[in-house]
Amino acid sequence: MKKSAINYFLIAPALLISIAIILVPGILTIIMSFTDWNGISPNINFIGLGNFQELFADDVFWKSIFNNVKWTILFLTIPVALALLVSALLVEKKKSRSLYQVIFLIPYVLAPAVNAMLWLNIIFNPMSGVIGYLRTIGLDIGSPLTNMSGALYAVAAVDIWHYWGYLSVIYLAALRQTPTDQVEAARVDGCNAWQVFRYVYFPSMKSTFKLMYVMIIIFSFLAFDYIKLLTGGGPAHSTEVLGTYAYTFAFSALQVGKASAVGLFMSFFGMIASVIYTKLSKNEEIA
Amino acid sequence: MVSTKGKKVRKNISTHLVLIFISCISLGPILLVVLNSFKSHAEIVRNPLSLPTVFHFENYVTAWETGKFSTGFINSMILSGITIIIVLIAASLAGYVLAGKRIKGSDGVLVYFMMAMTVPIQLFLFPLYYAMASLDLIGNIPAVSLILSATSMPLAVFLMRTFFLNVPRELEEAARIDGASTWQVIWHVMRPVVSPGLITVAVIVGLQSWNEYLITSTFLQGEDSFTATLGFLSMNGTYSSDQAILMAAAVIMIAPIVIFFVCIQKYFVDGMASGAVKG
Repeated sequence: MKKSAINYFLIAPALLISIAIILVPGILTIIMSFTDWNGISPNINFIGLGNFQELFADDVFWKSIFNNVKWTILFLTIPVALALLVSALLVEKKKSRSLYQVIFLIPYVLAPAVNAMLWLNIIFNPMSGVIGYLRTIGLDIGSPLTNMSGALYAVAAVDIWHYWGYLSVIYLAALRQTPTDQVEAARVDGCNAWQVFRYVYFPSMKSTFKLMYVMIIIFSFLAFDYIKLLTGGGPAHSTEVLGTYAYTFAFSALQVGKASAVGLFMSFFGMIASVIYTKLSKNEEIA
Repeated sequence: MVSTKGKKVRKNISTHLVLIFISCISLGPILLVVLNSFKSHAEIVRNPLSLPTVFHFENYVTAWETGKFSTGFINSMILSGITIIIVLIAASLAGYVLAGKRIKGSDGVLVYFMMAMTVPIQLFLFPLYYAMASLDLIGNIPAVSLILSATSMPLAVFLMRTFFLNVPRELEEAARIDGASTWQVIWHVMRPVVSPGLITVAVIVGLQSWNEYLITSTFLQGEDSFTATLGFLSMNGTYSSDQAILMAAAVIMIAPIVIFFVCIQKYFVDGMASGAVKG
C-alpha cells in the first residue's frame, strides 16, 4: 500500500486530540507525583519519593488497594457466571433472544448517576425504600450502605446489576459464531446440554472470554462512579478505592501531588493488564 | 418420541422461567421508580411496593422545574452532539488510515490507542483540570466535549478500523484507477459502505457522553452549564425529603434513554459485539 503524505494529515485529528487531552496531562501527572503541588500555588517543589512514602504509610491507601482487589474478584465471578449462564440459554433461543437482550441491557445504557440515585432512594433508603418497608413488616436487614462490613458489597451489587447484561451480550455474540453443524453433530453423538456447551460452544468463545477477563481486571481498578455516587468512599473509608481516594486528594484536600501518585498507581495495575491484553489480542490475530 | 417431546417442552419452559426471573431483577428497580413517581411522598414512605391510588401527575411538573431539565436537556444535547461530530470525523479518518496501514508506525498508533483506552481518567484529570481552570474553561460545554471526545476516541477508532477492514480492497483500487483522489475515495466510495459503522459509533459515543459522570461533574460547575444528569443529581440534596418528586425526575431521565435504546438497539448490540469479539 502506498504511504502518501495525506494519510498523516488524516490521522492527525484523532491523534492530536488524544495527545493533548490524555498523553500530555498524563505525563504531567507523572511529574506532579514527585512534587508537593497543591493545584493553586505557583511554587512547585520536587520532593522525590515523598508522596509515595506517605502513601505506603497510609492505612487508607492499602485499604483502597484491598477494596480494588475485592472488587476485581467480585466482578470476575458473579457477572461472569451470570452472563455465561444467560448467554448459553439464549444461544438456542433464536426468536426471543433479542427481546431478552434489550431487557438485560437497559440497566447498562442508563446513566450511572441515575442508577445510583434509583437504588439509593427506592431500595437502600431506610425511610422510603424497600429496605425500610421490609423492616416495618419485620424483616430487618439493616442499612447496607452505612454498614462498615457490607457497604462495599451493596455498592458492587448495584454496579454488577448495571454491568452484567453487557457481558452476556458480548458472550452471546461470540457463541453465535459456533458452526451449527458442529452443534448438531455433537447432539447426534449423544452429548448432553452441558457437554455441548463445554466442548462445542465454549471453545469458540474462549478468546472473547479471555479478553473480557482482562478487561474486567483493568476496569475494576478504575472503579469510581458507583462508589462516589452511593457512599463517597465511606463509611469511614470502608468502600474507598484508588479512584475515589485520588479524587479526594485532588479536589478536597488539595494535595495534587499525592493525588497524582495514586493516579499513577491506578494506571500501573491497568498497564500490567493491558500488556497482557495486547499480547492476547496479538495471538488472536495470528490464530 | 412423545416423552422426548414432552421433555423438550418442559426444558423450554424452565429456560424461559429462568430468563423471566432474571428479567424481573433487571427491570424491577426501574418499574418500582415508575410506580412510585405517580404516588405522594407519604404513600411511598408507607409502602414503596404498593400501587398508586391516585395518579399524581403534578410530580412531573415539579420535578421538571426543580431539576432544571429544560436547560439540562439542551446542555446534554449540545455536549453529546459536539462530541459525536468530533469523534465521527476524527475516528473515521483514523480508522481508514489504520485499516490500510497507510502510514509508517500504524502498529505503534494502535498500541498507543490501546493504552489510551485502558488508562484511568485520574491519570490525566488533575493537570487538565487546573489547566482548564487557568484558561477559564470550567463550565464551558464545547471544551468538555473535546475531553469526552478524547476518552471515546480509542474505542471509536478501533470500531471504525474494523468496519474499514471489511471493505473489499478492489473497491478502492477501482476508484483509484479511475483517477479518484483520497478525499473522493473516502467520501464517495468508503462513506456509503461504512455508514452502518458511523451510526454504531455515533450511538455508542452519544450514550457514553450523555451518561458520563466523572468528567462532566468535575468540569461543568455552575447551574447554567449543568447537563440533565447533573441537574438530576443536584436534586438529591435539596429535595431529598420528597421522594415522589425525585422518582418523577428519575423517570424523566430514564424514559428518553429507554425509548431511544429500544429503537437503535441493533446498532448498539452490533457495535458492542464487534468491538469486543474482533478485538
